[in-house]
Order: sequence, then C-alpha cells, then structure tokens
Amino acid sequence: MSALLEVEGVTKVFSMGGILARKSFEAVHDVSFALQEDRPEIFTVIGESGSGKTTLARMILGLETPTRGTIRFRGRPVSTRLRAAERTRFMANVQPVFQNPFEAFNPLKRVDRYLASTARRFLGLRDRAGVDRAMDEALVKVGLSLAEVRGRFSHELSGGQLQRVAIARALIPNPPLLITDEPVSMVDASLRMAIVNLLKSLRDDLGVSVIYITHDLATAYYISDRIVIMQRGKVVEMGPAAAVLDAPEHPYSQLLKASVLSTQDAGEGRLEVPVDLATASSRLLDEPRSRLEPRPDGRLVRVYSAA
Amino acid sequence: MEATLTVRGLKAYYQTKHFGVDREVRAVDDISLNVRRNEVYGIAGESSSGKTTFIKVLAAAVRPPLGIVAGSVAYRFDGRTVDVAKARQAEIDAIRWSHLSYIMQGSMSVLNPVRRIGAIFDDFAARPLGLKGDAFRRTVVAHLSRLKLPAEVLRAYPHELSGGMRQRVTIGLATVCSPEFIIADEPTTALDVVVQKDVLSLIRDLQRDLGSSVVFVTHDMSVHANMAHRVGIIYAGRLVEEAPTRTLFTAPKHPYTAHLVASLPRIGDTRPRPALEGRPPNLADPPSGCRFHPRCPLAIERCRHEVPPLETVGPDHRSACWRVEDVAPLAGTIGLQEGRTA
Repeated sequence: MSALLEVEGVTKVFSMGGILARKSFEAVHDVSFALQEDRPEIFTVIGESGSGKTTLARMILGLETPTRGTIRFRGRPVSTRLRAAERTRFMANVQPVFQNPFEAFNPLKRVDRYLASTARRFLGLRDRAGVDRAMDEALVKVGLSLAEVRGRFSHELSGGQLQRVAIARALIPNPPLLITDEPVSMVDASLRMAIVNLLKSLRDDLGVSVIYITHDLATAYYISDRIVIMQRGKVVEMGPAAAVLDAPEHPYSQLLKASVLSTQDAGEGRLEVPVDLATASSRLLDEPRSRLEPRPDGRLVRVYSAA
Repeated sequence: MEATLTVRGLKAYYQTKHFGVDREVRAVDDISLNVRRNEVYGIAGESSSGKTTFIKVLAAAVRPPLGIVAGSVAYRFDGRTVDVAKARQAEIDAIRWSHLSYIMQGSMSVLNPVRRIGAIFDDFAARPLGLKGDAFRRTVVAHLSRLKLPAEVLRAYPHELSGGMRQRVTIGLATVCSPEFIIADEPTTALDVVVQKDVLSLIRDLQRDLGSSVVFVTHDMSVHANMAHRVGIIYAGRLVEEAPTRTLFTAPKHPYTAHLVASLPRIGDTRPRPALEGRPPNLADPPSGCRFHPRCPLAIERCRHEVPPLETVGPDHRSACWRVEDVAPLAGTIGLQEGRTA
C-alpha cells in the first residue's frame, strides 16, 4: 500500500507589518494526514473562515511553501520551486476546483477554450479530433456533453452547469486527486446536490480521491469518508466522518454541529446559540500545551494539559 | 389578521430596446401575496428566479429598464395605505427607512469604506429619526447595545470590524428607526455557520421586540426552516407554493418544493439524495404553460399548455400545480421516516 498524498507536520506562518512592527500569524499549525493510493476517498476539511483550510489547500497544490513540514505526492515533495516539466507532471495529477465558477472563468472567453488548453497542455494532444475527444470524455463524466458546451460563454450556463464544467476541466488529465475548495457554496440549493452527488460518483466510479473543503457539515456528513475539523489553523478532531459528526468530542466540533440549522424541527424557530460551547472552545485557543490523542474508534482528538 | 403588505397581480418586466430589438424579461410575472403584521415571511427561489426583482419592487427601488407593468404593492402603515407601484417619489421618501427598511446582502458594499460607522448612521438615520446631536447619539448607542455591539464601533471604519459585526451594523442601520416592515435580502449568506446562527437569532429577536413584519429572502431552505412563519416558493418569476413553514417542510404540494425539501442533506443520514436535473428557465423565453414542466417528474400534456393557477389546497396553503393531488412528499422529507411528535 503506497501513499498518494502525505502531509507531515505542515505549518504555515504568515508575517505581517513592516520591519519594526513585525507580527506573525500561524495560519496552519502542525497538520498531518495521508491519503492512500489504492483506497480513493473523500477527505473533508471543515472550519470557519480563518481556520486555515484554504491555506492548507494552496500548500497541497504547490502554490504556497510550508514554513515547516513536508508534503509529498507519490513520494515526491510538493513545492513552489519545481522545474517546469516536473511542475506540469505534478499539475496533471493534482487538479483544483474553486469556489465561484463565475469568477474562475473569464467571462469574455468561451468555456471550451479552457478545456481545450488543459487537454493540449497535460495530454500533449495536438490534433483537433483528439482534443475534442478528450473534452467530450471529461464532460460526459460530469453529465454534460461537448455539444452542449462548445462555443458557450460562462454567462450562458447556469451556476451548477458551470461548476460541472470546472470539474470536467479538472478531470481531463485523469488526475488521481482533486482539491475542491467550497465547490458548492456559490451554487443554488436545488443544484447543490447535483455537484455533491457528482463528487461521490467520482470516488465510487472513477476512483478519484477528493479533498473537499467546506463549512457545510450536512453535505460533509453525506459524502465524506474521513473528516478533519480545524480551528484557527489547528486540527482539533480528525477521523471517520460518521463517528466524528455523530458524536463530536472537542468543544469546537460540538459548537459547529450545534450551529447547523436543522430542518428537522422546521417552523419551531429554534435559534438558540450554544453560548457555553462557544466560550469553551474559544478559551481552549489560548491553551499553550495540547496534543492529538487517539481514541478507540479511530479518531484523533486534541486534548489540553494545563502546564 | 390585518395584512401590512398586500401584493396583487404584480408584473414587473425588464424592457430594453437596443438597435431596434425589443427584449422583455418577465422577472416577476403575476405574483399575489399578503404579509401579515408581526410575521416573518420567507421567500425562497434559485438565482435568476426573479426573487431579487420582486423585493426591489417591494422596496420601491424600481429603475429602468425594470418597470412595473401591472398590479399593486400596497403597504398599510398607521392606518394609511401607500401603493408603492403608483406612489409619487415624495410619498415613498416619507415611508422609506422609518416605516420600510432593507437589510442588504454584502455588508462590505453597503457600508461606505471611507466613513466611520457613526457617520454612516448619521447619513442613514438622522433625518428619518428627526433627532440631532446628543439625543441622536444616545438613541443609536441604545440601539447598538440591543445588538450586542459596543458604542466604540461608532468610531471604527467598516474594514476594522469582522464580517459578523459588520452584518450586525447593517442590521442596526435598518432597524434603528423601528420600522414596521423590514426586507432582508440574503443577510447571512456570506457568513460562517456559527456567526450565521447568531445573526439570525438577532434578527428574529428584533422582529419580536419591534413587532415588525419581515420579508426574508434566501435560497437556503434550512434558514427558512428556522426563521419563517410562512414560506413562499418562487420559480421562474411566479409564486408556485405558499404555506406555513412546518406544512411546507412536511407536506409540500408542488413538485418543485417537494424536491427542494427532499434534497436537503442532514447530519446522521447518508441515504442518496436525488438532485434536480435540468437548468433554471431563461426568463426572456420561459417555457409555455407551467414553467416547471420541463424538469417536472409529474408533467402531463396539460402542463405544457395551460398555466396552473395558485389555488388554496389547505389551511393557509396555496399551490400552483395541475396535479396537486398526486404530489406526495419524496423520500428524505422530514417527518416521513422519523416518528416524531409534532
């Protein structure tokens, strides 16, 4: 069993301010996990804004260099300082899907141009028929076809369709790993499940591993195999999705779960904010000493030991 | 109960003439509804369903190319009726902000980035409140403390506040004059889960204190489930269903609503959720008959030609579907599997 992606003790520190009033800010603190080659899974990263989940994704994509720790893809280190050929090879294997499809596509370019240039660059195709075939194959995987998409501008497609085109573009080089950063938060409720179901079928039918970054616990529960919950750059709980979300142990995980708006008691107007959990989890932020402790059900929970 | 807002047969179209080509987008096509006093009325619909156009008309913010083609939008404030579809600008100015206010979506683009919060309050609220100097400041500070904001925010610039605080400031701006009617357009869409719940409960507490009516617009059904007393579903410029929240979530009577409700994912449930196929219709060229028929699993020949009227199907419950009797809640709808005491 070989590892597809290994993230080991990754920390990212951003420094702000000038030379004299320098402040540093730890966006990601000591994160470790691994995805296996022969077991495709949907690995979900959950957290509020400012929890470091996007920074983590950017480091995995090789767009940001970790301050400490290493990220390896199939045993080779991921870095921003790869040579062009090596970088192309890496990009063909790890592809991103971004949050807002309307911003990801230039409104003045036809969307099929993005697909065609991806096919040319990563598959080395030169002839038109080959490029068309690669585009059509990828679009069929997401439930579209080249005939529907060819010559269209981004405003001519709905948000759900456009996000599917973005996923199709990422699938052209047949990557074993997709990094999706909040892929459904800009998509309408009725189309959201279409995207989520698509990610699920990528895993089940095509064997693609997906790193799914979100703050939506309900869709995370629906599709994830494993989840990791991050609070201000630190992993507070990590493990099998069902176990963690059914009975979260860390106060911050409990707070997130309690904040999800339930549709179960629709019409009863339940909006109590769990104040005690909020204060408990923000107090833990200041604890200087903590470590991740394993639990029998396979999860890791951050525990704090007073100095 | 007396209605604060009565909308009758409202049609609002975008009409443009470019190079001799007339284009008409029927963004709001024949909507009628009431909003009662002291009620939260939720409006749900996907993007480009016309819900933003509809609330623009409610907020009397109609500018060309948008125009009101037919219908009335009558508010009842202090025993007087104002029809904003026909009213003169002076009449609208008299009710705006003091009686009718608006919580907008992007708090960063609502607040002027180069003015302090205190100055922004001055710009918005000093005239409708009719207060000056210290008296005005005292009112504003008292109102801010209701929103759990310290008086110091008045000295801050918008970028110095967090997203949740900024959204609370915009809510403060909209409610400082104790309006009878508040329109809230996706006020929590850009916020995190924890902050979202906080802001929602704040809006609801304010609504209770002031006894105002709120029209709450969002595409997020889980927000409606917890905020609204009644929910109206807009599809392609038409109101397709309207019901008390609990009824809408447990016994929807329109195939589109049934689908929306059944597709909501929930923690503790990994059963496959069906997704609605097809794309939202183009309002410049909407499908004939019932506008949902190309995506509807129950569509029959009649749906292609005849527009179904919005008819009463239960207490306080209206639905526009030719096959109302055949609409059954889909698997995954709440209250179906779980034996739950209402």
